[in-house]
Amino acid sequence: MSGMFSMTDVTVCYDNVEAVRNVSLSIEEGQIVTVIGPNGAGKTTLLMAAIGLLASRGRLLFQGNDIGRMSVEDRVERRLCLVPEKRELFSDMSVADNLLLGSYSLRDRSGVQKTLDEVYDRFPRLKERQRQAAGTLSGGERQMLALGRALMAKPKLLMLDEPSLGLAPLIVREIFRTIASLRDLGVSILLVEQNARAALETADYGYVLETGEVVQSGPAKDLIHDPRLITAYLGGH
Amino acid sequence: MTSDIAAILAIDGIATGAVYALVAIGTVLIFTVTRVIFIPFGDIAAFTALTLAALDAKRFPGTGALVVILACLATLIEIISMVRSGELRLLPRALLFYLALPLAVVGLAWLAMRAEPPLAVRLVLALMLITPIAPLLDRIVFRPIADGTVLLLLTVSVALHFALVGLGLLFFGPEGVRTEPLTSLSTELAGVLISGQTMLIVIAALVFSGLLYLFFDFTLVGKSLRATAVNRTGSRLMGIRPARAGTIAYLLGSLMAGVSGILIAPVNTVFYDSGFLIGLKAFVGAIVGGMTSYPGAAIGAVGVGLLESFASFESSALKDVIVFSLLIPILIWRSLASLHSDEEIEE
Repeated sequence: MSGMFSMTDVTVCYDNVEAVRNVSLSIEEGQIVTVIGPNGAGKTTLLMAAIGLLASRGRLLFQGNDIGRMSVEDRVERRLCLVPEKRELFSDMSVADNLLLGSYSLRDRSGVQKTLDEVYDRFPRLKERQRQAAGTLSGGERQMLALGRALMAKPKLLMLDEPSLGLAPLIVREIFRTIASLRDLGVSILLVEQNARAALETADYGYVLETGEVVQSGPAKDLIHDPRLITAYLGGH
Repeated sequence: MTSDIAAILAIDGIATGAVYALVAIGTVLIFTVTRVIFIPFGDIAAFTALTLAALDAKRFPGTGALVVILACLATLIEIISMVRSGELRLLPRALLFYLALPLAVVGLAWLAMRAEPPLAVRLVLALMLITPIAPLLDRIVFRPIADGTVLLLLTVSVALHFALVGLGLLFFGPEGVRTEPLTSLSTELAGVLISGQTMLIVIAALVFSGLLYLFFDFTLVGKSLRATAVNRTGSRLMGIRPARAGTIAYLLGSLMAGVSGILIAPVNTVFYDSGFLIGLKAFVGAIVGGMTSYPGAAIGAVGVGLLESFASFESSALKDVIVFSLLIPILIWRSLASLHSDEEIEE
């Protein structure tokens, strides 16, 4: 498999249990790819393996380089970024400091202020709360901060784990609008989501993960009309 | 006890507490960034005093040999680790940081010694010689078990302290030392005579605490250390390397312990094993701050200093018993407080 990022026959184990089994997927430059599936299907595990927080077997290629043995930090330096499900914000630190730390991996610091201004333009709420501790933000603001912090690293591939989790419908729409708009920046996105309809409406391509295996894949516009998926994940009959 | 005596004891207590505060802040710094309760910090303070005393006596201190041995060991371990992970491309960097820099420091100190440097230079040399020790020990001892439990890390930390005490005897000998005062000035405040050394101790503690505050709040590296302390996984996802953050924390902590050793050496006789009590009392102070708060640790350490000073007056023999008995109510209070917050989290 080719593309800007690809996983080939990736298997991830917790002790001796295979949480993800022989998964292969590929993302082209500027593409939004989603992985949908039920709770416990292995979606988060897949992202943890992609960023290097979990060890995996199989092949991981990013921009033609094998990153399978690289540390998390080396992958981040190559601009592979993850916004995890728990957000992992620095709750005692200010919004501005959280954003600044997002740019930690950039060696060229000259554009950091410009990127910060762009993030504030995209999320004006963060600018209003820049001196506030991250731990005091609302759920939606925390997600905005997590996204903004990842954008500070100027990612080439941004992996988002359940960005809509626990958010009000209005905020969810805003978050997905933001994700769609990132395509214009040329950022490739790997989106893991339980909200399958919103994910497929935003993505170009989709994979369906069940019990650790890819059971279906195809262009998102086709998957959204697939009768089986409509019944299983899209709330249809 | 008259008010005059109380004032003298209070000033003495604040000065002793300021020394403990420096070590306590270093202890909190290391713990929050690496989860290691670094018991040998007191040893680092004592070794600095012994190093300075050796330099004063125009002898090259045993610290030099200790740094050379630790640097060689750390380099060897780093190379083995690189071979195992297939990352030999990082070898030049490892040779620079683990071998060349420590050896350069020792070489520089050795050369400087020949010129019979003044006290200010000897102070810098003592600090330069002492600061590589903790980061090298981190590479040799703690990094291979960095993912272990806090209890495991603490057990190893205690073992390391005893190993260092043995090495201290080997490198510095059994004699106690007291260095010359850094200043002979004194002043009178509200009828109480305050020595320049006491003032220097308090000023140094304030200056270093202030510098640490500026470092944490106004530099990206300082913020990255805070981030690692707050959220290790989150910081890794920003590209902050925990090992590097740990090394910086050990360097800073060593510097603070070294300064406290230099400050305490003119007022107390320091032996190769004097560090244990310094470190333990600073640890009590750090526990008052919950092992996470710098101001809390500093206040706790000054409290320990004051308690020790007044306890010495009442019963010199029982002063340590009184200070360490303080731990029991604090630990009970802390355990109740943490139980409360756990319940809050569950809710």
